[in-house]
Amino acid sequence: MRFEKKDILDIESLSREEITYILDTARGMKEISQRAVKKVPTLRGKTIVLFFQEPSTRTKMSFELAGKRLSADTVAISKSSSSIVKGETLRDTVRTLESMKPDIIVMRHSSSGAACQVAKWVKCSVINAGDGTHAHPSQALLDMMTIQEEKGGFEDLNVSIVGDISHSRVARSNIIGLSRMGAKVTICAPGTMIPVGIEQMGCTVARDMDTCVADADVVMMLRIQKERQGSLLFPSEREYATLYGLNPARLAMAAKDALVMHPGPLNRGVEISTRVADGEQSLILDQVTNGVALRMALFYLVAGGSKNADSN
Amino acid sequence: MQIQIKGVRVVDPGNIEGIRDISIRDGLFEAVSEPGQMPAVANDSDDVKVVDGQGLIAVPGLIDVHVHLREPGQEYKETIETGLKAAAAGGFTAVCSMPNTRPVNDNAQITSFILSQAQKANAARVYPVGAISRNLEGQKLNDIADMKKAGIWAVTDDGMPVTDSQLMRRTLEYCKSLDIPVLVHAEDKRLADGGSMNEGLPATVMGIKGIPNAAESVMVMRDIALAELTGARVHFCHMSTAQSIEAIRAAKAKGVRVTCETAPHYFSLTDADVPPYDTHFKMNPPLRSEKDRQAIIEGLCDGTIDMIATDHAPHAEDEKQVEFDRAAFGIVGLETALALSLDLVVRGHLTLVQLVEKMAKAPADLLGINNNIMPGNPADLTLIDLDAGWTVNPDAFVSKGRNTPFAGRRLKGAAALTIVGGRIVYTRD
Repeated sequence: MRFEKKDILDIESLSREEITYILDTARGMKEISQRAVKKVPTLRGKTIVLFFQEPSTRTKMSFELAGKRLSADTVAISKSSSSIVKGETLRDTVRTLESMKPDIIVMRHSSSGAACQVAKWVKCSVINAGDGTHAHPSQALLDMMTIQEEKGGFEDLNVSIVGDISHSRVARSNIIGLSRMGAKVTICAPGTMIPVGIEQMGCTVARDMDTCVADADVVMMLRIQKERQGSLLFPSEREYATLYGLNPARLAMAAKDALVMHPGPLNRGVEISTRVADGEQSLILDQVTNGVALRMALFYLVAGGSKNADSN
Repeated sequence: MQIQIKGVRVVDPGNIEGIRDISIRDGLFEAVSEPGQMPAVANDSDDVKVVDGQGLIAVPGLIDVHVHLREPGQEYKETIETGLKAAAAGGFTAVCSMPNTRPVNDNAQITSFILSQAQKANAARVYPVGAISRNLEGQKLNDIADMKKAGIWAVTDDGMPVTDSQLMRRTLEYCKSLDIPVLVHAEDKRLADGGSMNEGLPATVMGIKGIPNAAESVMVMRDIALAELTGARVHFCHMSTAQSIEAIRAAKAKGVRVTCETAPHYFSLTDADVPPYDTHFKMNPPLRSEKDRQAIIEGLCDGTIDMIATDHAPHAEDEKQVEFDRAAFGIVGLETALALSLDLVVRGHLTLVQLVEKMAKAPADLLGINNNIMPGNPADLTLIDLDAGWTVNPDAFVSKGRNTPFAGRRLKGAAALTIVGGRIVYTRD
């Protein structure tokens, strides 16, 4: 198979075969980060622009390391250091960037659809590193990679996703991706955080947390965005933690070998208790490790490579 | 200057239906007669224009009660001249201009300015609408009688809905005593919550914040209650939801003095038609669900919806070539409205007579003018070619605005000739 996609904009546009291919490629990449010399020459001479208009630590660093380990030149620009603060439009900014001939633009933006729009405005590859509440494909793919490593596959796996689904691009991308790969996705949140029509995206909505977690093979917790507290989504962190927090008692209701995941950053004691976050079933740090490999795979594939990265 | 239109099919509901010759002189209809009875005139001289009306429909000049002309203040989007010429090209002989210009039309000077600019445009007429409150801030009533004297026929809070129910009550009472209607932009901004498309599956999939139907209907219901309380005339602008139509239907049945309009996009498109992040499909209220679209058509059919208006909202290209949530709300409509509305006739939802009622007669009633095609009346007339097939090409618009969701769409029906006050202001090539 040849990977034909120029851009990685969302999970929706990836077929089951393409997702499998990306995950296979990422598995091959993982070993590179475990070497003493963590670098292969694969993307030597390629330029990757990391254009992040929203705060990000792990995603940005993960993409940057992924590029560097493939020997690409990475350049990072952020909102505060870009012309956007001078009132330049997104279209002008990215067209300016493109004039300097990068091969790939990785972008994060607060507006849903920004990466999709940019992909139409520029000819180089665009990888969406999170756009508003729309999509976060690399996060969903690294989550899938982590689940696949532990569970071997997705068929008939019960995956619970708990938290602010309305405002979560991670949830949207995972719901689409996991259901496409054969998993059964159940979501749970207060009514204020469940968007209209979400069932039609490939999940069922549980009436409460206990029902949602019961017999789950994977429990994926979402960060509760504290800054949203003023928007009437939930009355207090205390009440939220009581109803929707993952603690050892709740986790015990899931399957025995259930996996605990979280895209980070954590609000310990709110959506997840420390004992669960740091417990044996937690894969939170494995997700981060896999993130680098997965993003190496994305760079490699959109830059035109095939599965065996190390062979050229 | 005299114009004779020969052998045209006149559709003027409640007045004339049939083939007629129409003579226009000195700005007025001079005679309307059975074919062949009109004295022959010398063909097409400087003083006389003879139009062969065969195959065309003559209707009272179409009136669009909801247009944003942008002048004064945002002439880069549209000027009164370009807007009124676009109206003429779309078959409209008159438009009602919304007050959200910069500065706002909240005083008699701005009203006079709009009318004087329109005078120079030599195109459609303008009937200015004044703002309810100073600078549309929803705080203090404007000098409405002063504006009425200068030429406004209604007031509105379009774009900046009056949230203060007491201010709305007082507005209605005050306007009732001045005998002018209040045009309501029904939107609870708190419920709309900064959303940029309809709340529904397409918005959820795209991750775009949704605007629920209730953001419109709660305000419709409030203002029906206030219309009932005060007895004032309330007209609801650009209705988009099933719930609003249901509420208005019930209010009318009860005898409350309410009327309403919808816009062609609300019966032509739904939120499922929005291509990913295409800002030319972003307007307020947003495109709704198929269920709502059907309810709008039903409302048009049973008379709950009195009229069709465009909510013509031109914007510059760079205000649309941005992130979806940052893009300006609004689409142009003057040059596509007639053909999109005629599609309702083609599909059998409305008769041609009903359509003329919704695009010419009901708007005239709301404005309080008589636009019958009859001797002595101002000669505002639209000739329609029902068979004209054309493709929407934004670059060919007369309007400065190119922001339409209908680009590339094949349409049927167009204005062949638009006459305002006895002057030909548009001729289709």
